[in-house]
Amino acid sequence: MSDWLIYRTFWDLTVTGLALGAIYALVALGYTLVYGVLRLINFAHSEIFMVGTFATLITATNFIGIPLLEEGNYPYRTGFTLVAILLACIVGGMVVSGAGAVLLERVAYRPLRGSGEHVGAVVLAFATAFTVSLVFSETTRTNVIIGLIGTAPIAVLYLRIFRRGRQAPRLAFLISAIGASTAIAEAVAIWSPRDREQYQTARVLEKKVLFEFLGTDVRIDYVLVIVGALLMMAALVLFVNRTRLGRGVRAVAQDVETAKILGVNVDFVILITFLLGGVMAGAAAMMFTLVYDQTRFNIGFLLGVKSFTAAVLGGIGNLRGALLGGLVLGLGENYGAAIFGGEWKDVIAFILLLVVLMFRPTGILGESLAKARV
Amino acid sequence: MADTILSVDNVTMQFGGVTALSDVTFGITRGEILGLIGPNGAGKTTCFNVITGVYAATSGTVTFDGQPLAGLKRFQITKRGIARTFQNIRLFPDMTAVENVMVGADANHKTSVGGALIGSRRHHREEREGRDKAMELLTFMGIADRAGDAARNLPYGYQRRLEIARALATNPKLLCLDEPAAGFTPAEKQELMDLIRKIRAQGYTVLLIEHDMSLVMGVTDRIVVLDFGKIIATGSPAEVQNNPDVIAAYLGVPDDAA
Amino acid sequence: MSLSETFKSLTSTPARAISGVGERIGEMPKVSRWSLIALFIVSLYLMPWWPEVPVLGWLIDTPGTSFEGVITDKVVIYVLVALGLNVVVGLAGLLDLGYVGFYAVGAYTVGILSSQHANLPWLVCVPIAVLVSMAAGVILGTPTLRLRGDYLAIVTLGFGEIIRISANNAEWLGGSRGISKIAKPPNIGPLKFGILDAKPYFFLGLTIIIVVVFLLRRLENSRVGRAWNAVREDEDAAELMGVNTFKFKLWAFAIGAAIGGLAGTLYAGKVRFINPSNFPLQLSILFLAAVVLGGTGNMWGAILGGAVVAWMPERFRGFADKRVFVFGVALVLVMVFRPQGLIPRKIRKERWLVNWKPPQSTPQSGEAEVGRG
Repeated sequence: MSDWLIYRTFWDLTVTGLALGAIYALVALGYTLVYGVLRLINFAHSEIFMVGTFATLITATNFIGIPLLEEGNYPYRTGFTLVAILLACIVGGMVVSGAGAVLLERVAYRPLRGSGEHVGAVVLAFATAFTVSLVFSETTRTNVIIGLIGTAPIAVLYLRIFRRGRQAPRLAFLISAIGASTAIAEAVAIWSPRDREQYQTARVLEKKVLFEFLGTDVRIDYVLVIVGALLMMAALVLFVNRTRLGRGVRAVAQDVETAKILGVNVDFVILITFLLGGVMAGAAAMMFTLVYDQTRFNIGFLLGVKSFTAAVLGGIGNLRGALLGGLVLGLGENYGAAIFGGEWKDVIAFILLLVVLMFRPTGILGESLAKARV
Repeated sequence: MADTILSVDNVTMQFGGVTALSDVTFGITRGEILGLIGPNGAGKTTCFNVITGVYAATSGTVTFDGQPLAGLKRFQITKRGIARTFQNIRLFPDMTAVENVMVGADANHKTSVGGALIGSRRHHREEREGRDKAMELLTFMGIADRAGDAARNLPYGYQRRLEIARALATNPKLLCLDEPAAGFTPAEKQELMDLIRKIRAQGYTVLLIEHDMSLVMGVTDRIVVLDFGKIIATGSPAEVQNNPDVIAAYLGVPDDAA
Repeated sequence: MSLSETFKSLTSTPARAISGVGERIGEMPKVSRWSLIALFIVSLYLMPWWPEVPVLGWLIDTPGTSFEGVITDKVVIYVLVALGLNVVVGLAGLLDLGYVGFYAVGAYTVGILSSQHANLPWLVCVPIAVLVSMAAGVILGTPTLRLRGDYLAIVTLGFGEIIRISANNAEWLGGSRGISKIAKPPNIGPLKFGILDAKPYFFLGLTIIIVVVFLLRRLENSRVGRAWNAVREDEDAAELMGVNTFKFKLWAFAIGAAIGGLAGTLYAGKVRFINPSNFPLQLSILFLAAVVLGGTGNMWGAILGGAVVAWMPERFRGFADKRVFVFGVALVLVMVFRPQGLIPRKIRKERWLVNWKPPQSTPQSGEAEVGRG
């Protein structure tokens, strides 16, 4: 992530800031969607993003078979092959992150709403058995086996207990999210081949300069990221505004009880909300690896915090706000780092937030998933 | 001119495009029981909210005991002497009944963090006074037997009376009751009427929103009638009862009279 | 009884037993009550020797690391932090995700005053550090407490990060190298504070905790505690009942910050070397988890939560590098099955209510005089 420090011109900073901001924006969409519908800060969303980066990595290197280096050079591809590979990667990211988000909802949140169901019970049961087995054995295979054996009986037990029906206090959701986030990141750290080391991702796109603009060389990867993010945003906005499911999302965001009375399947809507957020994060994950060529078990954390800040900055619950907040944050970080020095980069996000909240307590564009001013 | 304790002058309350109150003017005399009635949506609770400081009026003034209320924070208005209950009961659900009332009594205490930390004599005295006052009020309202129960576990009638006790604990001059008889049986309504008279006899002034006409007619000295945010009648219960505008507002105009 | 009800009663029984014991102690005559409490406190001071007790010892001992070290370096500090954060999150209901900031302010103040820029003794630095932390709480709270709950969360998170990164970038705060040679507490009689023996630090920390618990209890049972409860349960109704909600929220913030800073001074005095990496965001989150796990709003819950979060990773060192993973899974499981925490907040019938009699001045039974006096 350090090559941006080398650029000095304003437009350089702008272009890279927009690209970074686009990534923030896509991840911010996930936070803002879940918050708008559930009034919940999905703390584990950052790990959904991280998992997406690994999915991209695995799609490229394991499924398609791209090596990290070919004869000492990057494995560049061109033309139709390139497009196909990139598409495969982004789809891989979106699928895995989307599925992860859905799974997360069922495991860490739904039981707390009092409507825990089978998938959540099964995963929690496996996790329990697996974790307990860690006491007794160091070998992963034994752990997995014990985990699998224990799943069925424990799941039955959990399901019986889930039929509680009462909603947990809000703080419990937050802590559950934190636990899930920690567990996912650590799981990747512990059981992946290179542990806590940095992973290099396959660089298939040759980062040629696409065109020149006001004295800056604009690289193709930045353009792809910005354009890609805008396209995904547009698709999401269309979905939320034009489809029946999207209407359901807006209805639940406004008033859960009324939505229920009107026949909206609230559980399904919540699932869709998480799915959408996860898909956006998966796309962002692929774009992240495209620009930065690396990933690690803990890259989710800081980026997640900043993306959530971006969502609040633009107006939590507001989709356009997430986009605006992300872009403002990306640009602000770049400009600020250039002015004040790179070591203050991470603080700029919060200072920006404080300043904005001081004058506009509901964010730049105000809260509004509910109000369809999407 | 009788001693006016509260004066609402040309108050208009607008929310975006909706005008909830339009040029409302009326006064409350010290010691009287004033009823505020009107069909649903007339603006009665909005009026309450303006008086108690929940909303700042778009225009117009509210004067209490000679002082304007503009610019005061809500808790300051309460300390000046206006207390209220709520249409949908808003007790502190996980606090006991007596604690709920003590919160009201705390409003008039001087000691705060410092006094509590060092356990000053004044702090202990004020705590004792608060407890005594709270229990007195609970006894007065007839609910002292459940003083140690959580507010959310109390029966409905107790909860309504607890709200009144809590409001009285703030030592107000004006007590605003927002539909205190909602959901009451006729017998409970009778008790409530006696209670309101007893409260006035102790020296409080009462402003009452109610839908039950017999209760309103039976206990109030004067009535103000709102409809669509405007005052359409004021007067004694008998006068208001026979006022054709009031009847029209509630029952509508017969088809052949239009 | 259905399975879920069985489960519920199983898990709530220990908690109810603990509070049941508490109630029965409360009902005892004063002398027996105080002697029991005194006995309990004495046994706490004997904690460094608990591992030698037959069954209990095996349960709580930490193989692989010094038990003394664990209770001093971690348990005492986390308990103190949990107590402070409980005031903010549990009592006043304010979501604070940057509590580590106050902890850092306390530690760094001691560091600056006793090593970096001056040579004041530790004992002098402590009250100054507590005041500085308190001031930090007020400075942070004044503009931000008017924000809605979740916004407050992200702003406090930012605050914690700002403190850490500023400490990292500012040379006069030691930069990334940090501050070393921080003063240690002065030797009191036979208690010598040094590297060899952790016990004096433990006794000091325990004493501080007892004092803090004592003071917090006073606050809880006063109009301040009632105001906090009211603000947490229904802030708007509280304001309309005459509670100056902003003032009390700010007090909660300030007191929480002061306690956090106090914990920081203890930490600095023990490890005597601090740098920004000691105060990461993850620590704020760990602190919050401790409070929620133990039971928000309940002082004993906070103490238990802090102790568990500090002690458990050390007890189960056998997991080695899988400890954090296990912690994450445990958090989810506890929240799913017991979201109210280990010792939930309970609605207590006040002790004074049992024996309350109306004051002598009331005329007769029945209608009390409640005139507007």
